[in-house]
Amino acid sequence: MANHRIAAYLTRSDRRQTTTDESAAFGGSFVATRLRDAVQWARKYSFFPYPFVTACCGMEYFSTAGPRYDIDRFGAALPRFTPRQADLVFVVGTITHRLAPILRRVYDQMAEPKWVVSFGACTSSGGPYDNYAVVQGIDRIIPVHLYIPGCPPRPEAVLDGLIKLQARVQHESRATPWKGIHGSGRPLPD
Amino acid sequence: MHDDENQATPGEPSPLLRKVLARLGQQVLEHRAWRGDDRIHVDRRQIVEVCLALRDDPELCFDLLVDVTAVDYMGQPDGFRRPVEIWDRNRAMVRRGPLSRHQVAMPERGPLPRFAVVYHLLSTRFFHRLRLKCRVPEDDPTLPTVTTVWPGANWLERETYDLYGIRFQGHPDLRRIYLDESFVGHPLRKDYGKRDEQPVQPLHGPAANEPRRPH
Repeated sequence: MANHRIAAYLTRSDRRQTTTDESAAFGGSFVATRLRDAVQWARKYSFFPYPFVTACCGMEYFSTAGPRYDIDRFGAALPRFTPRQADLVFVVGTITHRLAPILRRVYDQMAEPKWVVSFGACTSSGGPYDNYAVVQGIDRIIPVHLYIPGCPPRPEAVLDGLIKLQARVQHESRATPWKGIHGSGRPLPD
Repeated sequence: MHDDENQATPGEPSPLLRKVLARLGQQVLEHRAWRGDDRIHVDRRQIVEVCLALRDDPELCFDLLVDVTAVDYMGQPDGFRRPVEIWDRNRAMVRRGPLSRHQVAMPERGPLPRFAVVYHLLSTRFFHRLRLKCRVPEDDPTLPTVTTVWPGANWLERETYDLYGIRFQGHPDLRRIYLDESFVGHPLRKDYGKRDEQPVQPLHGPAANEPRRPH
């Protein structure tokens, strides 16, 4: 973490827990805040996404990651190609029943804290593939924190979704929100 | 589209079909050239020798097997008409019984065998194509393999077995190729429900019990 960025965030007037006088009394050399705010701020600007790309939505993901839209501006630049180093999984494309155990395994291998983004129509609901082979929404397999609609979504929609996810991560109230399904608190079965 | 355009009537053979007929003779049961597509029907017991002849003939030289697939003609209006099976508009059988106004009665299958295995052939020397069909009955869906003729038929025949349940005798490794080993049935058969899921990963969570969207 870059210390100056933390300080810039923590000294914003709406976050600051200390008065100007207190800080000024020590020459502005410290800031005070709640630890959870600082940790969640660090989390939301340092996503390590794992792209679980199976279909044509992947082109839009690559475009979002590329220089024109540049997901790096939002701190989610560096894709990790092992789930053990990732904390955000982009499920991009159609998930079939044959593939479902693999996706579940990838999710289970990720270290906490972890978030799931359902990218595109097929991933969110099965999309046009209303048949025997396709999972009708990955929320039947793993918890999902954010749905991005579109077939495929434009990069602007992806970035908008990422910003919304960052807002959610900043304001998560429970200590371990990823342990429930849609905030229901029900633990995942093994 | 008129029915007679769909039927395999002899018609006027194309130049390619003339060569094929001259080479195969009586082994061709039916032939049809329609809108630039040439198609022949052969007996399934003779499929290997027919394929060898088509591959090795210097005038034909079908050295590339593009695809192997199958057709399920269940419900094809080619014979008897017994509206006891109820089908939805996607030709999936719903139930047996009286019709509702949203359903159509598909006729019972006629005397022709239920399945047809289709081979698409291409000559990379002459760039002509041929469609080769074999009728396969429902009670004995077997066919000799053509992996001895084109090794590339291996996975294509596995796909046909996986989705249609047609068994290729002599195939070196006839396993499912797309679906999980635990899958029961063959989903591209017309009597397989279009939305009959067989989840490998158990579904859970609030969304697991949601009904599927209506058609």
